[in-house]
Amino acid sequence: MTVLRNMRNWLYERLEWDDLIAPLRKKTVPLHRLSYWYFLGGITLFLFVIQVLTGILLLLYYRPGANEAFESVQYIMTQVQFGWLIRSIHSWSANLMIFTAFAHMFSVLFLKAYRKPRELTWISGVILLVLAMGFGFSGYLLPWNTLAFFATKVGTDIAGQVPFIGHPIMIFLRGGEEVTGATLTRFFGFHVAVLPGLVTVLIAFHLLLVQRQGMSVPPKVERDWSANPSAKRELKFFPNFVLRELMAWYAGLGVLGALAAIFPWDLGVKADLFASAPAGIKPEWYFLFMFQTLKVIPSKVLFIDGDVLGILAFGLVGLLWLLLPFLENGRVALSKQWITGLSVFALAYVIAMSVYGYVTN
Amino acid sequence: MATSDPGIVNSGAQPSASMPRRGFVELLLGGGFLATAVAFIYPVLRYFVPPRTVDLGGDSVVAGKVGELQLNSGKIFRFGNRPGLLIRTASGEYRALSAVCTHLSCTVQYRPDLREVWCACHNGMYSLDGRNISGPPPRPLETFDVQVRGEEIFVTRRREG
Amino acid sequence: MARGAVALSLLALTASLGYGQRQTKNSCLDCHSVLPEPLGVTQETFSHDIHAQKGLTCVSCHGGDAVTDDPTQSMSRKAGWKGKIDRRQIPALCGSCHSNPNYMRQYDPSLRTDQLSQFHTSIHGQRLAAGDTKVAVCTDCHGVHDLRAPNDPMSMVYPVNIANTCAHCHADAQYMKGYSIPTDQFAKYGKSVHREDLMVRGDLSAPTCTTCHGNHGAAPPGVDKVQNVCSTCHVFQAQMYDKSSHKAAFDAASLPGCVVCHGNHDIAHPTDAKLGTGAGAVCMQCHTPGDACDQARAEMLSQLTRLDAAVTNADQALAIAESAGMEVSEARLGQSEARDSLTKARVAIHSFRKDLVDQYVQTGLKIAGKDLQAGQKAMVERNRRRAGLGISLIAIGMVLAGLWLYIRKIEH
Repeated sequence: MTVLRNMRNWLYERLEWDDLIAPLRKKTVPLHRLSYWYFLGGITLFLFVIQVLTGILLLLYYRPGANEAFESVQYIMTQVQFGWLIRSIHSWSANLMIFTAFAHMFSVLFLKAYRKPRELTWISGVILLVLAMGFGFSGYLLPWNTLAFFATKVGTDIAGQVPFIGHPIMIFLRGGEEVTGATLTRFFGFHVAVLPGLVTVLIAFHLLLVQRQGMSVPPKVERDWSANPSAKRELKFFPNFVLRELMAWYAGLGVLGALAAIFPWDLGVKADLFASAPAGIKPEWYFLFMFQTLKVIPSKVLFIDGDVLGILAFGLVGLLWLLLPFLENGRVALSKQWITGLSVFALAYVIAMSVYGYVTN
Repeated sequence: MATSDPGIVNSGAQPSASMPRRGFVELLLGGGFLATAVAFIYPVLRYFVPPRTVDLGGDSVVAGKVGELQLNSGKIFRFGNRPGLLIRTASGEYRALSAVCTHLSCTVQYRPDLREVWCACHNGMYSLDGRNISGPPPRPLETFDVQVRGEEIFVTRRREG
Repeated sequence: MARGAVALSLLALTASLGYGQRQTKNSCLDCHSVLPEPLGVTQETFSHDIHAQKGLTCVSCHGGDAVTDDPTQSMSRKAGWKGKIDRRQIPALCGSCHSNPNYMRQYDPSLRTDQLSQFHTSIHGQRLAAGDTKVAVCTDCHGVHDLRAPNDPMSMVYPVNIANTCAHCHADAQYMKGYSIPTDQFAKYGKSVHREDLMVRGDLSAPTCTTCHGNHGAAPPGVDKVQNVCSTCHVFQAQMYDKSSHKAAFDAASLPGCVVCHGNHDIAHPTDAKLGTGAGAVCMQCHTPGDACDQARAEMLSQLTRLDAAVTNADQALAIAESAGMEVSEARLGQSEARDSLTKARVAIHSFRKDLVDQYVQTGLKIAGKDLQAGQKAMVERNRRRAGLGISLIAIGMVLAGLWLYIRKIEH
C-alpha cells in the first residue's frame, strides 16, 4: 500500500490533477425512481470499449480478402487459444451495444432528456446510433460467410434503390457493381478505420456535452421537486455513481462471458459468389424492422415503386427523428402529447415489425 | 437505490446483520479485482501466443514433401475443409487439383496405368489438367498452382477473377 | 371466303415478319400453314426443326416443286412429289442423307452415320422389315417437322425425355397387345434410382432406356451381357463380380448377372438389408440357411452394420458438439472419408470376399473412431469453457458483492 501511495504522490507532484477532477467531484446525479435509466449510456460506452479492445485483438489474426477472410476467422475460432472467446465476445458485445444504444435512445425520449439545452446531445446520439449500425453492417460481412454475403448483397441493393444518388452509393459501398472481394476490403476499411475514428470523436463530443450540462431530470420529477424542495435528492457522481456504474459494467462482463462461453458465435459456411441465395435471407435483428417494412409495402403504390417509397419514408422519418428536439419548440411546434404518442408508436412499431420479421420467412 | 440487486446481496453478506468489518469488504474487493484481472488477462495472453499449426492462409497449404511422391503417382492432401490431389507425373512435374469429383463428390484418385485422374464411383475420368474427358462428370476439376520451395510442396488456390 | 382472308392476312404477316425472304420460294407453307392437322405445318413449327435451320425445306423430304403456286404442278409426281411418306420408307429416306458420310460431313463431321444400319439390327428394324408397321421408325422418336437436335432440351430424345418417348408405345398395354413383352417398364423405371438421378438430381449422364438398350439398334442387352452394360458405369462392382464365384455359377445357370440381385428397370438404391434375411434380402433365395455362404453373408452384413453405426455415432457426436457451438469441421471432413470407406466396403460386397470387405471396414472404423473422439473432445473442451466461465463469474460476483458492500459503507 505504501508503494502505491508513493507512486500516487510521485505522479501527483507532476500532474496536479485537482482542477481536472474538480468538476467530477462537484458533479452530482439526480436520485429518483427513474435513475436506473442513467446507466444505459455508460453501459453502451463500456461495450464500445470492449469492442475496441477485442477488435484490436482480432486484428492480430484476421486477414481481409475473399480467399482468406473466412479461413482466418475459422483459424481464430479453432486454432488460436481463446480465439473463440475473443471473437464471440466481439460479436455478442456488438449486438448488446446496439441494443443498449436503442434502449438509451428511447429512455432519453421518454424522459424528455432531449429538450433544450440538450438538442446537440440528442443529435450526436442519433448519429452515433446510425454509425453503430454501420459498424454492425460492415462487421457482419467480415467473416465472409454465406449469410453475411447475401445480407450485404440485399442491404447494398436497398441502398442502391434510393432515387438519383442510390446507384453511386451502391457502387461506393460495393467497390463495383457486385458484392465481391473488393466489397470486403472496403467494409474492412470502414469497420476498423473510418467508423472508429468518427465514433470516437462523436463520443467525446457527446460526453463533453453530458459533463457540461449535467444530468437531465424528468419533467414530472422536476415538478415534484420544485413543489417540495426537501424531496430533492442527489447522488455524488464520484465515487457513489461511478461505483454503481462499475457494478453495472462488471455485471455486463459476466453476461458477455456467459454468452460467449455458452453460445459461441457461429461461423457459418464460406461464401460462394456463384451459389444461389439460400431461402429466408434476413439481416441482423436491428435492421429487421426496416427490412420487414420494405417487404410488406406493395410493389407499386400508385405509380411509385414500393421499395423506393419505403426508403424515402425511412429517410424522412430518420431526418425528423434527428431534428426531434426542434419539433417541440420550433415554429411548427407539435404538442408534447404528440411527441410522446409518436415515440410510443415508434417503439411499438420497431418491436412489432422486428418480431414479425423474425417469425416470418 | 438504483442498482440494489437482491440476487447479489444474498450471495455475499447479510445486509440485515451488523456492518461487516472494514477488512472484509476490502479483502473481498481486492480479491475480486485481482481475480477478475487474472480472468481477463490470462485469456488475452494465451491469445497472443501464435498457434503451433502454421497458418499459411486459406488459399495455400503444404501438400507434401519433396521425395515423398514417386514418379507417376498421386496422393490426397487436405486443402481447407476438402481433399485435394497432388500428382507427380511420369516426367517428374507436380500437379494439384481438387479431389472432389464434380459428379457425386466422391474422392478421385490418380491412375498410374492410365496416367489420368479417375473417379472410382462411376468411372469418371479427368485429364491431368482437370478436364472431364469421359464418364459422368459434368464439370472439370478445380486446379491449383503448385510451387516447390525448399523441401516443401506448396499448393495455392488461384486468385479469383 | 373467310378462310381465304385468314390465309391471305397470314401470308401478309409472315411476309412482313421476314419469312420467305429466302431466294428459293416455299409455296408449300402458303397452304399447309393454315391446313388443320395432320396436314398442317406452320412456319413457326418448322423453324424449330434442325433441318430447317440447316437450310433444308419441305421439298428435301417430300419432293415436288415449291416455286410454283399452282398446286397441281407443285404436287405432281412429275415434279418428284412423294406425298405422305410411307412408314416403311422412312428409315431409308432419312438414311439417304444420314448414312452418307460425305454428305453429313458438311454439317457435322463428327456425326455418326451408322444409324440406319444399326436400325436394321434392332427389334424395331427387324419387325419393320417383316412388315410390322406398328414398330418405331425414325420419326416416332425424333419427331417430324419440328425435329430438334438431341441436345435441345425440347427434343424427344433429350436424356430426360427419352423414357417418355419410349413409354409412348411401350407403356401402352393396348398398343403393345400381341407382343409378348411386359408394359410396366416405364412405371418400374419411375421408381428407380437411375430415374431419380436423371430427373431429380438432373444428372444427364444417368441411365435412361437407351443407355442399356441402345437407341438405333434398340434391343434387350441379352441375359449374359447385362453385366457388361452395368459395368460401363459401375466399374468396380463389375471387376469384383467378374472374379467372384458367383460369376461362373450365374453364367452356368444362365442367370442375368447384376439383375439377379438388383432387378432391372426398378433398380432401387441398394441397402444393407439386401444381405439380410428379411424383406428385400436376396442371398437366401438360393443359399441354404447355415451353410458356409450364409455364415459369410452374416459376417459381412454385421461388418457393414458396424461401420454404418460407427459413422452414424460419430456424426451424432459431432452434431452435438456443433450444436454446442464447437468447431469440428476438421472431423466433419474426416467423416466424409469414413463414409468413403463405407461405400468402398459396400462395393466390395460384389467380390463376396469377407477379407476384402473387412479391410475397408477396418479403415472406416479407424477414421470414424477418430472423429467420434474429436466430437467427444470438443465436448470436454466445452465443459472446460464452462468451468472457466464459472470461475470468472465467481470472481465477478466477488467484485459485485464487494462494490455493493463498499457503497453501503460509504453511504452510511
